[in-house]
Amino acid sequence: MNAVMPDTTFDLGTTPLRELNAALHKASAESNARRWRVLNPNGRHAVAVGIHAPLTVEIEGNVGYYCAGMNAEASIIVHGNAGQGVAENMMSGFVHVKGDASQSAGATAHGGMLLIDGNASARCGISMKGVDIVVKGSVGHMSAFMGQSGALIVFGDAGEALGDSLYEAKLFVRGTVKSLGADCIAKEMRDEHKALLHDKLTAAGLAGSVDISEFKRYGSARNLYNFHVDNVDAY
Amino acid sequence: MCGIVGLFLKDQKLEGELGAMLASMLCTMTGRGPDSAGFAVYGAGAPGQVKLSLRAAKGYDFPALAQGLSVPADGVPALSIRGTHAVIEVPAAREAQVRAFLAARHPEVAVVGSGTRMEIFKEVGLPSAVAEAFALPSMRGTHGIGHTRMATESAVTTAGAHPFSTGTDQCLVHNGSLSNHNGLRRSLAYQGMTFETENDSEVAAGYLTWRMKQGASLGDALEAGLKDLDGFFTFVVGTESGFGVLRDPIACKPAVMAETDQYVAFGSEYRALIGLPGIDTARVFEPEPATVYFWERAQ
Repeated sequence: MNAVMPDTTFDLGTTPLRELNAALHKASAESNARRWRVLNPNGRHAVAVGIHAPLTVEIEGNVGYYCAGMNAEASIIVHGNAGQGVAENMMSGFVHVKGDASQSAGATAHGGMLLIDGNASARCGISMKGVDIVVKGSVGHMSAFMGQSGALIVFGDAGEALGDSLYEAKLFVRGTVKSLGADCIAKEMRDEHKALLHDKLTAAGLAGSVDISEFKRYGSARNLYNFHVDNVDAY
Repeated sequence: MCGIVGLFLKDQKLEGELGAMLASMLCTMTGRGPDSAGFAVYGAGAPGQVKLSLRAAKGYDFPALAQGLSVPADGVPALSIRGTHAVIEVPAAREAQVRAFLAARHPEVAVVGSGTRMEIFKEVGLPSAVAEAFALPSMRGTHGIGHTRMATESAVTTAGAHPFSTGTDQCLVHNGSLSNHNGLRRSLAYQGMTFETENDSEVAAGYLTWRMKQGASLGDALEAGLKDLDGFFTFVVGTESGFGVLRDPIACKPAVMAETDQYVAFGSEYRALIGLPGIDTARVFEPEPATVYFWERAQ
């Protein structure tokens, strides 16, 4: 629950969702109301999407699809589970899901930090373009599919075909990986990678909570970047 | 798209509210399927009796049909009319005879399902209208499944609405689309199965029926389906004693479940579950892909 009293409270049980999102879109760095609280989200889709201001939004309950989508600058905390595509296409800021996240968490996100306390299901970080994603539980199949940039850090296990068709996203998994996708390989964990992992965990507020030496690194073998007829079966 | 809901009660005290809870869940899924809706409810049953769920045109004279089915030994079969559907109860020993009679003499009446406890209702239109037409909120039972359809693979017709009966006291609802249903339908037809529609989901239902006719348990039949059914699917299957859930290996279609001491509930989206008692403290989870789940009543 909230540590600080909110400046503005929206009860989605009585106020239409569009009014909340419109009010959030009007807010800016100069607004007086910087701490927002959202009650009774009840699994609604597209809660707190498209914010472009350094606000803090605390959502008290479970949300549906695309929560915190396109976020820029805001800190959005979901005190519950999130449906498909949480923080999809995030540009910057911080999104924290206290429960589990459904499929395609952080899809195509360009920047910022997505922290999931529970598990994330399939395709976590699909086509990630610079976001950092930390999952304290496990991730489902096809996670980081076609990931281009950023880091996916998983405290638990990863499902089938991790990092399929991966570009330059960096993957760190502490537990087991069921299988690696096409062109994704295990890589040496050098000091620079340990430092990078430490930095990301510090940014997530998790420095010291896990032993960095327990993680394995996975990345692209870079064999599928350009078409080559010898690789035709892998495409 | 399409929406699926399912509710399995552990707490007998809620049985009188099953229909009302299922109706609320179904209506929340209107956005996922506004073309048609349907549901199966597992209510009371009498030993040795079978309930036939029948469908006919609006205003059909079901009482006259029941009169026509009466025999001196049993009298006129019990009849319950709800909108375009009626549930008629006949001795289980006479089921085949009654079905043959209906097929020969009343082609205007379709048998949509049969079982000791299962009743199936489905119709084109918005889920709220369908729930109201059949007075779903007034129904009581131990469990039920429902479906809202956005048609993709075949026409918007009542026959194409879900659930599809897969056998006595068994039915299936499907979200997704199968890509090998035409070939599979031909193979199953060769094995003697019959199909009413061009619908892909009916093929999935027929496939499970065929597997179980060959001796497979429902769990085994679902397991085999992972190999033989090509395409996207989330299935919820109702049986006399419970319900099962299966998602394709890619988990293309959404599914969320909630479990408390009182019930197990399924929804295509979490929104469908928010009206359930104690949902705030329920264990909410996504069923894993390619994994058969099953909940059954203690016998």
